[in-house]
Amino acid sequence: MGMAAVPAITMLPRASFAQAPATSAVNTTGLAVTDTEVTVGILHSATGTMAISETGSIEAEKLAIEQINAAGGVLGRKIKFIQEDGASDWPTFAEKAKKLLVNDKVAAIMGCWTSASRKAVLPVVEQYNGMLYYPTFYEGLEQSKNVIYTGQEATQQILAGLNWIAKEKGAKTFFFIGSDYIWPRTSNKIARKHVENVLKGKVVGEEYYALGSTQFNSVINKIKLTKPDVIFTDVVGGSNVAFYKQLKAAGIDLAKQPLLTISVTEDEIDGIGGENIAGAYACMKYFQSLDNPNNKAFVPAFKKMWGEKTVIGDVTQAAYLGPWLWKLTVEKAGSFDVDKIAAASPGVEFKGAPEGYVRIHENHHLWSKTRVGRAKLDGQFELIYETADLVEPDPFPKGYQ
Amino acid sequence: MIINSRFFNRSELTGFIVLAAVLFVILPLSLDVFRLNLVAKYLTYAFVALGLVLCWGYGGILSLGQGVFFGLGGYCMAMFLKLEASSVENTKIQSTPGIPDFMDWNQITSLPLFWQPFHSLTFTILAIILVPGLFALIIGTAMFKRRVGGTYFAIITQAVAAILTILIVGQQGYTGGINGMTDLRTLKGWDIRPDHAKVILYFVEVVLLFACIGIAQFIRLTKLGRILVAMREQEDRVRFSGYSVANFKIFAFCMAAVFAAIGGAMFALNVGFMSPSFVGIVPSIEMVIYTAVGGRTSIFGAIWGAILVNFAKTSLSESFPQLWLFGLGALFIAVVLAFPNGLSGLWADYVQPRIDRLFARKPKSGWNGNSVADGAPAE
Repeated sequence: MGMAAVPAITMLPRASFAQAPATSAVNTTGLAVTDTEVTVGILHSATGTMAISETGSIEAEKLAIEQINAAGGVLGRKIKFIQEDGASDWPTFAEKAKKLLVNDKVAAIMGCWTSASRKAVLPVVEQYNGMLYYPTFYEGLEQSKNVIYTGQEATQQILAGLNWIAKEKGAKTFFFIGSDYIWPRTSNKIARKHVENVLKGKVVGEEYYALGSTQFNSVINKIKLTKPDVIFTDVVGGSNVAFYKQLKAAGIDLAKQPLLTISVTEDEIDGIGGENIAGAYACMKYFQSLDNPNNKAFVPAFKKMWGEKTVIGDVTQAAYLGPWLWKLTVEKAGSFDVDKIAAASPGVEFKGAPEGYVRIHENHHLWSKTRVGRAKLDGQFELIYETADLVEPDPFPKGYQ
Repeated sequence: MIINSRFFNRSELTGFIVLAAVLFVILPLSLDVFRLNLVAKYLTYAFVALGLVLCWGYGGILSLGQGVFFGLGGYCMAMFLKLEASSVENTKIQSTPGIPDFMDWNQITSLPLFWQPFHSLTFTILAIILVPGLFALIIGTAMFKRRVGGTYFAIITQAVAAILTILIVGQQGYTGGINGMTDLRTLKGWDIRPDHAKVILYFVEVVLLFACIGIAQFIRLTKLGRILVAMREQEDRVRFSGYSVANFKIFAFCMAAVFAAIGGAMFALNVGFMSPSFVGIVPSIEMVIYTAVGGRTSIFGAIWGAILVNFAKTSLSESFPQLWLFGLGALFIAVVLAFPNGLSGLWADYVQPRIDRLFARKPKSGWNGNSVADGAPAE
């Protein structure tokens, strides 16, 4: 790649009046691509309530871009990024996405975190034919030519974990607790169908709390009354801190009472405190403690760039995949054109993923493994189980709707 | 163009001409469609600011819940647009085609009863005016008839904003929850997303804004407007003179609500989006801030406040994604500390006198042109 860049650069003086053939060949739709640079957008919340979660994604994307540039860039062009702040406000996300596509003509956007922000941005990227790399695990029920979902959709995240805990712990009864919005509700719907129809178990309770809620005493009393085999939670954000502290205060010992969460990563444990959550199981595709050569290179590189104290959660890793998958797809397509990238995406594989190996499916989601980890006192997870094969993404699961 | 000289005094006439020139001519000619659409978004807040001038600036009623009415208007419009976007063909993929996507995600299998009338555009337009208007009437009657005012009223409006947000977020099967209503596409088959539609919507909005300015100015000039000001200054005297203070307050509050609702409806049309993040306490307070920055007793000042503050918000956040909120905060503090009457106060104190002098000296300058230029700085 580095060599390929040389001819383009030497042609520069002559090409400054007319467009260089190289650029006109790889960019037929007027994107911000020059002979030496290509511009992408980073669109996350740097301010507001979501900043604490999204900062990891911003850092991971910047790291990936720096590494790609150090390795010679994309089609001989260095990646330049424009960062915009979604400010934890969904319409702002839509406005900034439009700005990136219409004004800055970015070749791709790495961005969004919450489902709400993605739902706001989706009509914009579809209308202006942009390419969005979305990092968060999410509820599914969506598929777009203009989006690559580098996180897990709900079935990928949930089913294998439920199977494992049913087999390992002989669990028959489940209690669901979630934050009250679309992702937990859809995830729990899928989990309920799986528990009832496949595992032949029973859901003994299903409760929702408003985002940001900090009072979980009544649900904890219900848990004590119903004595479920497994507590299954998708409580998000700051509510987690209150939830696990109150659980511990109520005398529920997570070493004895199995709890499976799909919403707590290393980032959240930072706030919850390892001593409050040790023993809980989390179902993710990536843990910082994963023992493979890719991850052993990724974690020190991340810490070197962003500080020793930073922790890397599931979504941060998925965000890191975005720029890399885009680079690989551009090289496969031999073009920056969005239509060609959308068409070339299926089958693109990234062997350097910290989680191991990922591949893009026809439906623009990733094939990846499901893993279960147990939270330790130091805030890290210990890998307990991983699926033998990559799990197929299925955003519109039959029988789960 | 003939403008009744009594309708606008000279300084208002200047303000009117400047605003009309900027909105109708200068901005559409100088901005690309993306930026023009952003201006359309800022202007939706100008409607709210205009309402606050009547209600707070003249009537002295501080409402910290204008987001409620902005939201009600916006949601009425969004419900109509969402229904149109959720035709059976567009929603084939759902378990129940033909209902909005978020209902399908929440296992609702038929369109709720209160959504049904929003198939009709006429009903929707009436609802945009009447739903917030009636809601304001109920709150206003309940409060002002019992002589609840001042700080207590402000707190109660704030509570209403909080309640409505919680309600919308909690009833996500019916309202779209925290995600709001996204992906609004057409109005009676007319696609609202392409560039030419955005330009048309911009002009529709500006015309509506000027209609509302006309109404506000009319109210201000009638006896009604003078009673409002009298109420703000000496409520008891007005009451002892035999006026029903409560009724005038209710009227001002309802007008402010209706203006905010029109802004909200235009927001849904221009941005293609409505969510509870425009209903709650924070946006409601921001709306008061626009008005304060612009000048709460000046119709044109408040509109400029809404435009400029939002413009600053966009440009600061584009240039300094991590730091922009501090910059904006500093701007508010600076304006309020240094110019308590807002931008319009600044204008009235520094700019207007110069313009007046210019006009006053004009006849003289016909035969002694140089003296104006020499004399002006000395005064």
